[in-house]
Amino acid sequence: MIPLLDKYQLVVPRSLREALDDLAKHPSARPFAGGTDLMVVLEAGHLPEGRYVSLQNCPELLGIQALDGGGIPGHRSLGEGVSIGALTTYTEIQRSARLAREYPLLGVAARETGGVATQNRGTIGGNIANASPAADTPPVLLVYDAELELMSASGIRRVPYHGFHRGYKNMDLAPGEIIGRVILPSRSVWLPPSAFARSASADRRSLGGGWSGGTSDQRGSYYRKVGTRRAQAIAKVCFAGTIRVDNGVVQDTRIALGSVAPTVIRALATEEALRGQQLDSNTIAAAERALLSEIAPIDDIRSTARYRSRVAGNLLREFLSSALSPGPLP
Amino acid sequence: MPDAGVLRVTCTLNGRRSVLEGHPMARLLDALRSSGLTGAKEGCGEGECGACGVLLDGTLVNSCLTPLAHAEGASITTIEGVATDQMLHEVQEAFLEYGGAQCGICTPGMVMAAVELLSRTAEPTEEDVRVALAGNLCRCTGYMRIFESVLEAAKRR
Repeated sequence: MIPLLDKYQLVVPRSLREALDDLAKHPSARPFAGGTDLMVVLEAGHLPEGRYVSLQNCPELLGIQALDGGGIPGHRSLGEGVSIGALTTYTEIQRSARLAREYPLLGVAARETGGVATQNRGTIGGNIANASPAADTPPVLLVYDAELELMSASGIRRVPYHGFHRGYKNMDLAPGEIIGRVILPSRSVWLPPSAFARSASADRRSLGGGWSGGTSDQRGSYYRKVGTRRAQAIAKVCFAGTIRVDNGVVQDTRIALGSVAPTVIRALATEEALRGQQLDSNTIAAAERALLSEIAPIDDIRSTARYRSRVAGNLLREFLSSALSPGPLP
Repeated sequence: MPDAGVLRVTCTLNGRRSVLEGHPMARLLDALRSSGLTGAKEGCGEGECGACGVLLDGTLVNSCLTPLAHAEGASITTIEGVATDQMLHEVQEAFLEYGGAQCGICTPGMVMAAVELLSRTAEPTEEDVRVALAGNLCRCTGYMRIFESVLEAAKRR
């Protein structure tokens, strides 16, 4: 049974406006989305007491919408891109044809997040706000250069997702502010949609993504979560990457990891070690050294620092090897 | 907008208009069991085992992670509502015939997850079944008979 509930309030405002006003009026109140994290913490007896504000009657926080040059009021013009409501569930992410086509790693990560029942209720915004360094989808948001639309009674603020997590469970989120929508900018700048001919949907291993293009201009993406077992596990290490290689030279790359630092991290030094370099064994070794220098894994109940470092390096090698020999993933 | 205290939630429970009462943050699982529907089981209480699975507006949820307040206006199906009149659901029939149940604790959740799968996938592959039941733990069967039961149920539909 769960602990004494009289220390808690859960209110269900009838609209986003009402929810934001309630959060403004009660600065210590916290938003409540699908509940798949907060209810676990509640049952463990660790949920901070106080007021929780359900967002379930906020249609503005639903849906996956195309951004066509600023079609949504309040958005700056982006060209194409996608806006994902914070209450979008992992099931909805998996079912989006648009996300599968343009941002394929999102669906791969969503499938790795809990079982079906959790995917049906767990939301992308809740997953970000839960701020677990072991979260499965945030590394993907980092490689896609996501931005967050933060909403409060006083307006909308937009911030890059990279930098949003300032430390363990410490976010750039003011009292009364919620994560409203997740914005994925167009990938046409360096990864046109045509680069994603292969979908990762049929992939049975945690490997995901795909490769396309000839040797002159290869683009690919990769995702792998390593846990105790295939289903329902919390990650020991999670790795997401995108890369563009032209005639063997890395034109651009994005790499992000989970469970190797107090927050999910973008591996900027590793990216720097790769960018502009011939993708050969020397470059790969240098990139691995850079990666090991910028992650800070720990020993905990799920794994050890040593194992996590070893696996992070192996995942980087697997990612880069698949870039060297494009084709269907094993 | 009522504050804390006792919430009266109006919902459709196994096809009948019902009222569930409790704290807004109470677990739907506890509200259901207090109302006499003890088919949904508490295994882990943290969303790992699936024994408390019910359908909320047709989608599978862990009722231990669903606050009562989120059931307002919803249509809820528990294991007690899966059979119609005197007829068992295909999934239940198949579990009986193929030995899909042993001790029975995980069975209500397994059946609910299978019912949801069949509601959205007419001809599931074994992989589809494995994915759909990945959130349900069984400590008796080794799963093979459960998977066979679900695949057989799909064939009979």
